[in-house]
Amino acid sequence: MDVAAGGRPTLDHPSAPTGAERASDDIIEISHLEKIFTTVRGERIHALHDISLSVREREFVTIVGPSGCGKSTLLKILAGLLPATAGSVRLAGTKVDRPRKDIGIVFQNPVLLPWRTVLDNVMLPAEVQFLPRAAMLARSRELLKMVGLEEFEDKYPMELSGGMQQRASISRALVHDPNILLMDEPFGALDAMTREQMNLDLQRIWLEAGKTVILITHSIPEAVFLGDRVVVMTPRPGRVLRLVDVAIPRPRPIDLMGEPLFGRLTGEIRRLLYGRGGHDLYLSAGGIA
Amino acid sequence: MSAIADQVALAAGEQQPGRFRILMRTRPEIVLAPALLVVILASWEYGVRWLAVPSYILPPPSSILIALWRGLNEGLFSRGGYWLHAGVTLWEVLIGFFIGSGVGLLLGTIISQFRILEATLRVYIVAIQSLPKIALAPIIVLWFGFGLTSKVVIICLLTFFPLLVTSMAGFKAVDVERLELMRSLGANSWQIFWKVRLPSALPYIFAGLDMAAVFAVVGAVVGEFVGAQRGLGTLILSMNSQMDTAGTFSVFIILALVGVVLHKGLRLVERRLLFWSGDGVRMIGS
Repeated sequence: MDVAAGGRPTLDHPSAPTGAERASDDIIEISHLEKIFTTVRGERIHALHDISLSVREREFVTIVGPSGCGKSTLLKILAGLLPATAGSVRLAGTKVDRPRKDIGIVFQNPVLLPWRTVLDNVMLPAEVQFLPRAAMLARSRELLKMVGLEEFEDKYPMELSGGMQQRASISRALVHDPNILLMDEPFGALDAMTREQMNLDLQRIWLEAGKTVILITHSIPEAVFLGDRVVVMTPRPGRVLRLVDVAIPRPRPIDLMGEPLFGRLTGEIRRLLYGRGGHDLYLSAGGIA
Repeated sequence: MSAIADQVALAAGEQQPGRFRILMRTRPEIVLAPALLVVILASWEYGVRWLAVPSYILPPPSSILIALWRGLNEGLFSRGGYWLHAGVTLWEVLIGFFIGSGVGLLLGTIISQFRILEATLRVYIVAIQSLPKIALAPIIVLWFGFGLTSKVVIICLLTFFPLLVTSMAGFKAVDVERLELMRSLGANSWQIFWKVRLPSALPYIFAGLDMAAVFAVVGAVVGEFVGAQRGLGTLILSMNSQMDTAGTFSVFIILALVGVVLHKGLRLVERRLLFWSGDGVRMIGS
């Protein structure tokens, strides 16, 4: 795993820029990141250990790992919501030490404010960051159209289904035009069919919007379907076990999930996750895959 | 009642099931609740007469209604009528309610924004909250006299704590995910307060206001019992001393109306502000 954590595979993606000047293309650079929590009782929990990862601009990276491997912790550190214990995270060349305005986050729950209409929810980042209202209203409507909610802008979140709420929250994450989109198990609460549809929609949105995406999931098929690369993590303390390249052209159709190549990749990742640690490895993806 | 019966009725040539029948099937309470009231009042009326209960023990509803009618027919400023006293009591209730719950809400809001303040004061607030503050009414009348001030102070004391406690609970119960969302957007504390914390706490605050409205009426009446020249409480005392039980009951009806009006007023505001809350929706339905 040490080899995998260090070395970066060289593979050209249809969506990614050419690999020539890759160093300057890296929009996210994580190096030797450590996270240790101290509980109220004084216990120390080693959540993340020696995480190093570079992500190219406009790349779609998915992270899979067993429950409690620190995936969400990693994302919160990237978002500047949690401080790292050691190591560093640089986004677009600057060190992350607080929440910043060039990222958008989609949480597992949509976290829409129930007293605001869908449009006003999407406008929230623009309001908080004092962006020009008229221009932002137009952009919000555009984004709602992109996620297929243009007719629901005046509805309240409670009038929307779970999938529609999550679409709205994706629009909200994009409204202030961040370079980077961080997604923490965004479809984990949805039923299987809605989830597949959301995967397709997210791929389309990503191709249209041209953002760099890091998506955390506990579904191996989802990770392979969406990712240019899949980061496979170990149980606690979470480390990068392997980086798996998914050299499948875009846009990927949903039928892809039945193809042999897809099966080979998911099988490989599943073996990686189950192979190490054996029985003590609790894998939530096992139920889905 | 049943669908079969309806079909039979239809077959028999009726154009459609009657309005009354539809009402009975969909919202039976609209018919049954008033019917129950009529039954209770009638059995009260005839039970009292039949058992020859003296009217100073339990007057029949009819004499309570007559007393109510008489009291309301007096002039607006007549000391024997209800209007003057009801006005005084309502005035005390409104002033005390707004000051008491306003200060409670303000302090609860401030305290809950600072963790140290909350941790330090929590013990005392819980302790004071469990005291029967109404028992202080005689002392407050002693301090502030027989006039309006003592009643307002008593009501403030009673309405202050419900708002203090519920607003603190409300601000504490704000969904962590919402706060995290705001933080991730780079929001400052002021924005987090106005856009997330305050709206999230509103259902709790309204529960407190509802409680405070009831306490306000109780406080006014008890304050007037202890010492006052005007108000529905004094009216009850003087009627009671004259064994005018029917009159006492009729004043109770006025007091109940004051309480209902306050409650309805609050609901009206709540429906506008809390349309999004699950509770709010349920209450609109009821």
